[in-house]
Amino acid sequence: MSDTFFSGAPHWTWFIIPYFFIGGLAGGAYFLAALLDWFGRPDDRPVVRTGYDVAAVGAILSGLLLTIDLGQPLRFWHMLFQSANFPAIMFKGWSPISFGAWGILLFGLFAVLSALGARAEEGRLQMPALRAVGGMVRGGVAKLVAGIGGLIGLFIAGYTGILLSVTNRPIWADSPWLGALFVASGVSTGAATLILLSPRRGATERSLGWLSSFDARALVVELIVLIAFIVSLGSVNRVWVSVWGLLLLVGVVWFGILAPLRMHARRQPLASAAKLVLVGGFLLRLATMLASEGIDRYRVAVGL
Amino acid sequence: MPEPMGFFTDTTVCIGCKACEVACKEWNQLPARNGGVGELSGDSYDNTRKLDGIHWRHVRFIEQFKGPYDGRWLMMSDVCKHCVQAGCLEVCPTGAIIRTEFDTVVIQSDVCNGCRACIAACPFGVIDINPVSGTAQKCTLCYDRLKVGLEPACSKACPTDSIQFGAIAELRTRAHKRVDQLKAQGVKAELYGADPQGALGGLNSFYLLVDEPEVYGLPRHPQLPSRHLAKSSTFSAASAAVLGVLALVGLRKRRMDEMGGGGGGGGAGGQN
Ligand code: SF4
Ligand code: SF4
Repeated sequence: MSDTFFSGAPHWTWFIIPYFFIGGLAGGAYFLAALLDWFGRPDDRPVVRTGYDVAAVGAILSGLLLTIDLGQPLRFWHMLFQSANFPAIMFKGWSPISFGAWGILLFGLFAVLSALGARAEEGRLQMPALRAVGGMVRGGVAKLVAGIGGLIGLFIAGYTGILLSVTNRPIWADSPWLGALFVASGVSTGAATLILLSPRRGATERSLGWLSSFDARALVVELIVLIAFIVSLGSVNRVWVSVWGLLLLVGVVWFGILAPLRMHARRQPLASAAKLVLVGGFLLRLATMLASEGIDRYRVAVGL
Repeated sequence: MPEPMGFFTDTTVCIGCKACEVACKEWNQLPARNGGVGELSGDSYDNTRKLDGIHWRHVRFIEQFKGPYDGRWLMMSDVCKHCVQAGCLEVCPTGAIIRTEFDTVVIQSDVCNGCRACIAACPFGVIDINPVSGTAQKCTLCYDRLKVGLEPACSKACPTDSIQFGAIAELRTRAHKRVDQLKAQGVKAELYGADPQGALGGLNSFYLLVDEPEVYGLPRHPQLPSRHLAKSSTFSAASAAVLGVLALVGLRKRRMDEMGGGGGGGGAGGQN
């Protein structure tokens, strides 16, 4: 039996699962938007602008979800500064929850700057203060902000999986692949979100076509990593003989990966495939989190 | 600087009286579960069942019965192991978990923000949230009592000296003698966590067991959570790099296609 079965569940459930999903897609969307900002064409701008908005809103929602989930929400800043020694920084480079807290803060900062810059570009900022900030994020500065922010976006998509691996819980700490899986899922759900939202901002067929073909590739990567993840679990795989296994197989693999891949291949409507990818991405977080959360150490100890 | 202090728990003399559980609750003013209304486990005479935020001591009953006349009870008073290399302390992002001058591991309740990373990091399932404080809590090895030269409430209350408190070096010597004594009587006795070269640099609360560790709900090879950090980060970075390259290749292909065949723009119109 894996030694992970003797640890306790941290009750990371109804705020953390949505956070993992939203953080992942926001990070993925920012990364793709930044990529198009750097290497795309002028007609990709609607996708770029949508990506920055998704990232900014996602970052704010992520911060809120994480804070509400704390047992003492007003002490959220204890993760950033030493509470007894303010303003000394609190940072542990070996603890994903610690460096992740800084990651979220930076992600939010860059995402909001990029989003303000994009809104200023469209002339959609009314408040003078915001207009002034947005006006500064243009040209080379905007590219630099997006470049760094996009990389932080990739980090945000993946660090949550690393965080789970750096525990002693069943499934999470039994495989080193969760971070890689969440990166792939984050980027593919980010692409799906952009496919769904950017037409409203005037995205062109060409941009959407690229997003769709990239999403198909990301789904293939996700499937390969998912297989590596399952293989690496070895005997722990017996935990999937449960409703969570069914969810993983039907919800994630079939509806979330294979069905949208088939739709992409057949050039079926983009939005339907994108919606399935989003559902699959959410169910991936749900299944991997709750399958482990449900394992109670004292029941394991008495052989139940 | 005081010597490293801790517990040696000789499970062979535990009678399951739960005096330690009660003494711990009383000294640390821990609330009752379920508002004090009794909850029966239904499958054991042990109704506490596990360590958590309001049970910092738990007397585990292991009921090994093959038939009505063939069986034995094993009893073990479980507690935080005050690991020399503590997983909880390693991950805690607020610095709430500290190592004291007695080499014990303590959570500062006024610093903890209830993120619960320590719960998942502890290999032994020791920590949980105390619903009254909203913070993570566990045994402090009676830090407040140690500071004024008192012994912890649990070991003080233990009527059989199953829980022994003292300097770790002395406790280890005593534990080895007891193992030899039991082995001479034909009892299969082993120490768990007494080896400073062993798992987690040794446990400052270690045990004498007469069955496999798993039987007592203890992992055979407890490890630090950070063991996966480098590998997991490398795989994640590799996955990110592959996706980045795929995206760039896709953009390049699109540009080449457009240069070759003249790309079409146009509004998104009927996307759906
Ligand atoms: S037993 Fe668990 S809670 Fe106690 S010090 Fe070790 S890791 Fe921390
Ligand atoms: S719950 Fe408290 S003690 Fe545990 S890791 Fe979080 S801040 Fe630290």
